[in-house]
Amino acid sequence: MSKIEIRNVYKIFGDSPSKVLPMVQDGATKEEVLEKTGHTVGLDNVSLSIEEGETFVCMGLSGSGKSTLIRHINRLIDPTSGEVLVEGTNVMDLDQKNLIEFRRHKMSMVFQRFGLFPHKTVIENVGYGLEVQGKTPEERNKIAMEKIESVGLNGFEHQYPNQLSGGMQQRVGLARALATNTNVMLMDEAFSALDPLIRSDMQKQLIDLQSELKKTIVFITHDLDESLRLGDHIGILNGGRLVQVGTPVEIIMNPADDYVKAFVKDVNRAKVLKAKVIMSSTNEANGIDKSNLIKVNEDQFIEEFLPQVVCTNANCEVVDKEGNTKGYITNKELQKSLSKS
Amino acid sequence: MKKYKKFLKPLIYSLTFIFFIIISYRSAKPRYKPEHFTDIFNDFSWLGNWPKWLDFPLMQPLNSGFDWLIVKYGLFFEGINNFLLGLYTTMKNSLVGLPWPIVIAIVIFITYFASGRKTNTTVMVAFCTFFLGFLSPRYWDKCIMTTCIVLIGMLLCIVVGIPIGIAMARNKKIRNALLPILDLMQTIPSFCYLIPGILLFGLGAVPAIIAIFVYAVPPLIRLTDLGIRLVDKEVIEASEAFGANKRQTLLGVQIPLALPNIMQGINQCTMMSLAMVVIASMIGTRGIGDEVLLGLQQLNVGMATEAGIAIVLLAIIFDRITQSYGEKIQERTQPKKEIKF
Repeated sequence: MSKIEIRNVYKIFGDSPSKVLPMVQDGATKEEVLEKTGHTVGLDNVSLSIEEGETFVCMGLSGSGKSTLIRHINRLIDPTSGEVLVEGTNVMDLDQKNLIEFRRHKMSMVFQRFGLFPHKTVIENVGYGLEVQGKTPEERNKIAMEKIESVGLNGFEHQYPNQLSGGMQQRVGLARALATNTNVMLMDEAFSALDPLIRSDMQKQLIDLQSELKKTIVFITHDLDESLRLGDHIGILNGGRLVQVGTPVEIIMNPADDYVKAFVKDVNRAKVLKAKVIMSSTNEANGIDKSNLIKVNEDQFIEEFLPQVVCTNANCEVVDKEGNTKGYITNKELQKSLSKS
Repeated sequence: MKKYKKFLKPLIYSLTFIFFIIISYRSAKPRYKPEHFTDIFNDFSWLGNWPKWLDFPLMQPLNSGFDWLIVKYGLFFEGINNFLLGLYTTMKNSLVGLPWPIVIAIVIFITYFASGRKTNTTVMVAFCTFFLGFLSPRYWDKCIMTTCIVLIGMLLCIVVGIPIGIAMARNKKIRNALLPILDLMQTIPSFCYLIPGILLFGLGAVPAIIAIFVYAVPPLIRLTDLGIRLVDKEVIEASEAFGANKRQTLLGVQIPLALPNIMQGINQCTMMSLAMVVIASMIGTRGIGDEVLLGLQQLNVGMATEAGIAIVLLAIIFDRITQSYGEKIQERTQPKKEIKF
């Protein structure tokens, strides 16, 4: 069973969303609805499921509804219609008290502009989730210190957020989300406000943490490179509609429509595609010149062996960890996979 | 259905208007009215000057309503009167009874700690306090009376105003209902409630306290409301996302972050209270205000100015203490940006 399941969620912003709902369900576009009724469609029939322990990246341009979607999972926003199931419980059925318990123990969240409390020190910020749970100061300071160390902010615990740089502030946000030790982490454009170097640093930190903690992460971004780097699965939103869900490779190799095509156009494919994705299998590859071969591991990215291929003008033999031949890559296949279609 | 709604309000307004006109016509004295009401449509001379029958009878019902209030709830008002008067008398007597150097020492003590150990502010406030008695020995006790009235008025404002401000910030309906009342309280001439104040509470300090409350509470309510609504939405979201209930969000996040604005409101409240104290001297409230009044009555410019200066000094003392306390809080919630490594 999936960890998080979103079923046919619609969200319409305006004075009387329920009246506009049938029109949206009949397939009217966002622009039509806005023109005719003055209501804004946030989400239009979104269904997806997120498995335990994976990083699901939700991508789209601004206004595509991705931030709205993530807020449905912990019910900061109520859907106009549809269901959100987390571990089998419908979030919509929770009453106020259970909802608070649910938010305290099942989910944590990281925000785009950090959402730190300016009047609390770093350690108080990190311990906030524990504070609202009613833990004693000693207990929460102990856990908070652990998390501050795990994001590498030792020595800053008694500073205020304003005294830290943007990257450090977001680490505080990350530590705060880790402190409650929830299985699900929601990250709303968590790294978008950071400059590129720090962003890639933070991405690496998240990947490292994730390989250790194996949490279910829902990550929102508008940056395709980021989503390819972090995501096990990627969902692409356009105008409140989910246009494609798939692994990074699926998205790049088979974009569902022009919108996704435009998105993946500028991606550095050599960085994303692995040898095993583009190879032709042993029995398909007939008549390859086997005199001049380079051995390539199946999990290597193209960019790692590309320089060698260019230098020697050789074909590649793809092998798995044990050294068994899995397939071959010829120059023709390389060319095909790297050219923008 | 929607078409109806559009006409509903204008219809109600015009019906009320017609109803008012009928009431005014019926309640007018017979000698002002034409012999038969159809004469209005034959003889148009009433269009020249405002006809005496077109006079909405508001004075009579207000007077009888007020009488009814005194008869029915006299005990209630007496209770309020006794409470406030008791508070005022105890406070005044204990302060007047103290030797003046000790009172100055107390003021210095309060200022020093409220301002976060700022020497400049403390010295200035101490000097101003000394100058109150230095201007004229008569002023010392009168300033204490005025201070007591202002302090009790402020206390009343804070106890009532801040919760109302919070309620306004959280509920749009309450805000819409209260805003016109606040406008009314701020614009209605102060004598309009000073005189009923005398009738309800007698001459002296209590009507002045009530007048201070009516006049000075609106800015505090407004600034509390504004302060709470200005708290960053993402910070509130963060607090909710970690499972804080409404009380935890209010006490732990919203109020601390709104405090600088609330302190500004309290500061405004003090200044307006002092302005009102002078006006209240006209209804026999004892204090530094009656020196100004005396000077005016005797056309003694020097005396009025001297007393005026005393009021300004009092205002400076109040302003400095509340302002510097507000600044101290602001520094705590928004520390200066200095990155320490």
